[in-house]
Amino acid sequence: MHDVATHDDSKGQYFWVWGALLVLTAIEVVLGYKQVFSPVRMLEVLLFLSVIKSALIIGYFMHLKFERPLMRWLLVVSVTACFVIMYFFFFPDADRIIHLGVN
Amino acid sequence: MATAEHVVSQDAFEPSLFGTYSKKIGMWLFLASDSLTFGALLFAFSYNRIYTNPWPTPFHAESIANATVMTACLLSSSLTMVLAVFAAQRHDRAWTRNWLLATMVFGTAFIVLHGMEWSKLIGEGLSVPGFATLLGVTNSSTTGEYAEITKNVPQFAQAFFGLTAMHMLHVTVGVIYLGIVAFRKWFLPALAVIWIAGALLIPAGNVFHDPIHVLGIGLVVAAVVLLLKPKDYDAHDVEVCGLYWHFVDLVWMFIFPLVYLMSTKVS
Repeated sequence: MHDVATHDDSKGQYFWVWGALLVLTAIEVVLGYKQVFSPVRMLEVLLFLSVIKSALIIGYFMHLKFERPLMRWLLVVSVTACFVIMYFFFFPDADRIIHLGVN
Repeated sequence: MATAEHVVSQDAFEPSLFGTYSKKIGMWLFLASDSLTFGALLFAFSYNRIYTNPWPTPFHAESIANATVMTACLLSSSLTMVLAVFAAQRHDRAWTRNWLLATMVFGTAFIVLHGMEWSKLIGEGLSVPGFATLLGVTNSSTTGEYAEITKNVPQFAQAFFGLTAMHMLHVTVGVIYLGIVAFRKWFLPALAVIWIAGALLIPAGNVFHDPIHVLGIGLVVAAVVLLLKPKDYDAHDVEVCGLYWHFVDLVWMFIFPLVYLMSTKVS
């Protein structure tokens, strides 16, 4: 049986990650209230912050950072590839509808 | 009759490709497939968002504050989950149970806050035509800002309720999963009491009057799992249920900005 955790763990780093996640959430809320960006730019900024937050959760809380590189890369690359394929299915059509003037 | 002896040395099996135990790999594979489910829902929401012009912005400061507290609950639950895994690795049963219970409390707070927000939105007229009738919702307003959105941009309510309902279901399943790991068979009577109390106390006409029976289904599944294979859940089980819980948190990190913050009404 393998050990549950074979890496150098310290509780402190998880509190830092938790704090960073709360701070990033606060930044998102402030951006949402202030609306300093155009909707498209706002979407890009919020998604960028969400990707950072998800990387922290996956890497630290879900311990993927400490797994073998094969497992790490296989999971991340395969799921990302599926999302890229979904992107090319959905968004060209949504963009086409806008340019057709359906609205 | 000869008795077959199944003495198999560890060398008889190939070492794991990923260098970890099979339960964890199984959970990762499930989460990878589940992320595609949520990915498809989020893409569908974004698709609606792009081609619908103007997109409704119904979330006032009160809704955003509520969703921010819900986000803080989920993030804090992830921290308590990590602490539960640490306690389980130390073989500290009492603190494993305590941290799992804290995680369940945060998860339940999330569900309750979300349920209250749903009830408020539906009461003010935001609903999915047909679906609300199916659930027996009778207290929905037919006039006002939200009723106008339901009438003019029905895809908003469909995308919002579809996405958040799927996530709320995952959180509910997660709380039951944590309860099974933390309390084993002692969790069954507690779940039964919550289910029956919910069924009796939630008034007819409320959107959660029928969906509360999800807890009844959860009770049956939990009973089958615990009675067919009673076991003392170890650190591996705590870590695997933690993976599921963190995933639920992770999905919310995309729902919160995409659904709420991109539809904020600045007054």
